[in-house]
Amino acid sequence: MTSTPAPPDRAAYRVGTPLRDTAVPDGPLAERWDRRRFEARLVSPAARRRHTVIVVGTGLAGSAAGATLAEQGYRVEQFCFQDSPRRAHSIAAQGGINAAKNYRNDGDSVRRLFHDTVKGGDFRARESNVYRLAQVSAEIIDQCVAQGVPFAREYGGLLDTRSFGGAQVSRTFYARGQTGQQLLLGAYQALSRQIAAGTVTMHPRTEMLDLVVIDGRARGIIARDLVNGRVDTYLADAVVLATGGYGNVFYLSTNAKNSNATAVWRAHRRGALFANPCFTQIHPTCIPRSGEHQAKLTLMSESLRNDGRIWVPVTPGDTRPPHEIPESERDYYLERLYPAFGNLVPRDIASRAAKNVCDDGRGVGPGGQGVYLDFADALARLGRAAIEERYGNLFEMYERITGENPYDVPMRIYPAIHYTMGGLWVDYDLQTTVPGLFAVGEANFSDHGANRLGASALMQGLADGYFVLPPVLGDYLARLPRGAAWRVDEDHPAVREAMFDVTDRQYALLSNNGDRTADSFHRELGALLWDRCGMARDADGLRQALDRIPALREEFWHRVRVPGSGTEVNQSLERAGRIADHLELAELMCLDALHRAESCGGHFRTESRTEDGEAARRDEEFSYVAAWEFAGPGRPPVLHREQLAFDHVHPTRRSYA
Amino acid sequence: MRLTLRVWRQAGPDAPGRMARYEVTDVSPDMSFLEVLDTLNEELTLRGEEPVAFDHDCREGICGACGVVVNGQAHGPERTTACQLHMRHFADGDTIDVEPWRAAAFPVVKDLMVDRSALDRIVASGGYVTAPTGSAPEAHAMPVPKEDAERAFENAACIGCGACVAACPNGSAMLFTAAKAEHLGALPQGRVEGDRRVLAMVETMDDEGFGGCTNTGACATACPKGIPLPSIAAMNRGFLAAARRAR
Amino acid sequence: MAPATRTDTRPSTVTLIWRTTVGKKAVMAVTGVAMLLYLVVHMLGNLKIFFGPEDFNGYAHWLRTLGEPFLRYEWFLWFARAGLLASVVLHGLAAYQLTRLDRAARPVAYVHRDARRDYATRTMRWGGVILALFVVWHILDLTTGTVNPRGEAGNPYGNVVATFSTWYGNTIYCVAMLAVGLHVRHGLLSAGRTLGAVGRRSQHAVRVASETLALTLTAGFLAVPLAVMTGVVN
Repeated sequence: MTSTPAPPDRAAYRVGTPLRDTAVPDGPLAERWDRRRFEARLVSPAARRRHTVIVVGTGLAGSAAGATLAEQGYRVEQFCFQDSPRRAHSIAAQGGINAAKNYRNDGDSVRRLFHDTVKGGDFRARESNVYRLAQVSAEIIDQCVAQGVPFAREYGGLLDTRSFGGAQVSRTFYARGQTGQQLLLGAYQALSRQIAAGTVTMHPRTEMLDLVVIDGRARGIIARDLVNGRVDTYLADAVVLATGGYGNVFYLSTNAKNSNATAVWRAHRRGALFANPCFTQIHPTCIPRSGEHQAKLTLMSESLRNDGRIWVPVTPGDTRPPHEIPESERDYYLERLYPAFGNLVPRDIASRAAKNVCDDGRGVGPGGQGVYLDFADALARLGRAAIEERYGNLFEMYERITGENPYDVPMRIYPAIHYTMGGLWVDYDLQTTVPGLFAVGEANFSDHGANRLGASALMQGLADGYFVLPPVLGDYLARLPRGAAWRVDEDHPAVREAMFDVTDRQYALLSNNGDRTADSFHRELGALLWDRCGMARDADGLRQALDRIPALREEFWHRVRVPGSGTEVNQSLERAGRIADHLELAELMCLDALHRAESCGGHFRTESRTEDGEAARRDEEFSYVAAWEFAGPGRPPVLHREQLAFDHVHPTRRSYA
Repeated sequence: MRLTLRVWRQAGPDAPGRMARYEVTDVSPDMSFLEVLDTLNEELTLRGEEPVAFDHDCREGICGACGVVVNGQAHGPERTTACQLHMRHFADGDTIDVEPWRAAAFPVVKDLMVDRSALDRIVASGGYVTAPTGSAPEAHAMPVPKEDAERAFENAACIGCGACVAACPNGSAMLFTAAKAEHLGALPQGRVEGDRRVLAMVETMDDEGFGGCTNTGACATACPKGIPLPSIAAMNRGFLAAARRAR
Repeated sequence: MAPATRTDTRPSTVTLIWRTTVGKKAVMAVTGVAMLLYLVVHMLGNLKIFFGPEDFNGYAHWLRTLGEPFLRYEWFLWFARAGLLASVVLHGLAAYQLTRLDRAARPVAYVHRDARRDYATRTMRWGGVILALFVVWHILDLTTGTVNPRGEAGNPYGNVVATFSTWYGNTIYCVAMLAVGLHVRHGLLSAGRTLGAVGRRSQHAVRVASETLALTLTAGFLAVPLAVMTGVVN
């Protein structure tokens, strides 16, 4: 690919050829998916079992894809690092799943869900993909109900829905606060059925460490058995990554402890472009950390902001307990700054405001990293019974974790990394720039733009896995060359090279014998990213981070200590490998953030603001997807732009003043 | 706080194991039990010793990965998972015994880590509704009484952690199996293949080496998700009816 | 690992019942309930001793003539004995096999023991063994009269008084009756659950019923030796 010099900014990258999504069919928006499916070539039922597909990850997207492909007759090799496919982190999603069913007759439609999602993504998502997502959404609910997912129901026996995340229509289906769990169990059970039938070979406790690319196509993976340490090659006709997001780069996030970016990062190094890595979502209502020891953060439903009032003391350094601070010395800052919306301002604004008051030294709780979410007024107005009915389980969860009773003492909350909109660049067929490598769910970048709407993550994961991937993957397989030329084995030089890379890295980690634990580097990296590449960024901070990260990486490879051997269960080794990849990805995130000199979605670029200080999106310059190419170790990455066209939803500016 | 941990150490499935003694200082009452193990592991790593292996992931009580027996109780003294057990429930100077789940069907992999794949095989033998993707009727085609949906949910809340097996004096997986049978059995979609399901799941449960139920209720007491004990009775009823119909 | 096709060839009901833990527990529940019904009748019969030797001996004789002339002399009794024997054997065999399975399912014990956890299970197992031994003695003592201090055929009243006039007779009997109480207390509730007869709502009621019945049986059976000891019956 040709390249031109980068703009005068110090950012070290080159600009490559623009990208065009060649897989989007022409024609009216609403007919494109139909058309794509019709034009897709089919694999005859008898030929399907001769095709092997590797699926990495068993969350909503991975389990749904594995089960569906196996039902259709393909041979599936499925991988997860957890001890059971049922434990993937989709299980922790609380809120719900959107679907354009319009059961409430409240004016919802495919078109409205499409519209809301594009707008919610702050005009940084691809229209064709989002429209398809909205189209498929209704089928997901049918599928899940048939599987026995116990959605909430009305007394009449029909499904209940609620309005979620500020949506004007009631289109969110839910199963108490455990929607992700129930949807995942449905997909896991469908997958289990195929495992018992022998069509899916499940490899639990097996972690993908590299991608095998032969003659430009993805042909397999290198994976480590986490029990006996064996590193093996698995070859196939196509590889599907359903490995989730990379929020754990920040160390503290609402992700599971073991969620990681290794699979997508290794795929990136083998040629898959990484899109919009700086787009991460921050959730305003998490339980603050209680000290250095804290391993992860726990999310609480945003609905708490419906009745709670957010405040901090007026005076910095005020350490009095909350009930001793009189009304006149409290700053209800959201109500003061955004009188029209008050405590219900969007996620990013609430998060940023909380960080600002804490940076002013007015934060509360351990380390001053928290703000009060006070229910005293609501308790007085509505009574304890009403509050208990609305938030009882959340209050219990809060009390279990903090030991404080929120009926008596105001809750403390703080924003935390929750989801990553960025991911591997995929075309309309969910195929990355490496032919035969597909990415589904949070692992791809496709549908949420710069900001994800509440209850849309579950929808996208299942849409990709159940309905979008299977037909387009079939098309890819149907077009493959046949015969001896297609067959490869483990002696292929590309396989050996990937295998060598993996074992070499592993050896380097194990033999280093340094004086710092891998986790200590992770904590340091996380703090750095949170400060410099979190919800508010500026060029100076990002440049500092870009200076610091390579040094930290260097230090990691010199000083990390990984005990034990590679031939047994070795959780330190697993962790160190993931952190090594985080240290590379973090740099690309900061570079992407630096180059995107606009405020958009949940990302506030300090230099890009309106006269009244609000986020200013710059459509003329940045209405594109930034897809980064790995150009080799130590070489500046190459930026490929995919220009976005908004033919159906006209870009507008948000206003919350 | 200062604590003494006595932790089961076992290098591998066939290696002999023993309880090892560790002192942990600077424990904050706000730490979770697993964060204490994290802290211990950081110290062990820097001292050049092998850290304690234990399963964990979401750390918010929903994935079911974690699970250790704390002072003889599965997930410890509170009715929650080990990751949500906080040290404020212990006193300064306490000695705490930490052991892996003990059951023939859950062989120890390393230290506190066990192999729970037997539970996956119980589900794979019948714990699903046969509904291939795309075959589903419109969701509102079949109304489900709210009570049935609630009962299904109550049982579907199982996180598959295995605490029921660990707590049962017989190492029985009846509560786990019953939760799945009752989740799907409560719904019209799942009732169609109810007989096959319950027979297959119970047989698989026995084949995997889990013990039988003696109705002690220890499972339901230990269950972090409150799966109700009567689910076992309901599954027994379903099993006997299905066995009667099998000829 | 269970093959996926196992559900396609279903074994018969009897195989399913005897081969699975759930089925075998159901066998124990049914035989247990049968023996429990017998115990209730037995206890009520025992109380006739308070009406004097004639009533009591007459009742014993009537049991032998029950069902006549349809049945012949003692036939009813032998049918009942056969049924009871079958129940005892099935109950005991199932218990033995299940206990072995249960022990095998927990090959390594916890270092930190929690005694409360297996209280009920242990009581049931040891209680069952005690009761089995007691039944042997009880038959040799009062049915065949082999080990009875008096051993007079046709005079059960006298034989009963003779047994309860010895210290060992009283000790064995009282210990066994306490075991009966404990066994029934957990056993009836357990049987209800095993047969799926106890639902969410009836749970409490069945527990109370189990405890009441256990107490009544123990009290009813203990009334006889106590009466002999205190001289109310002689």
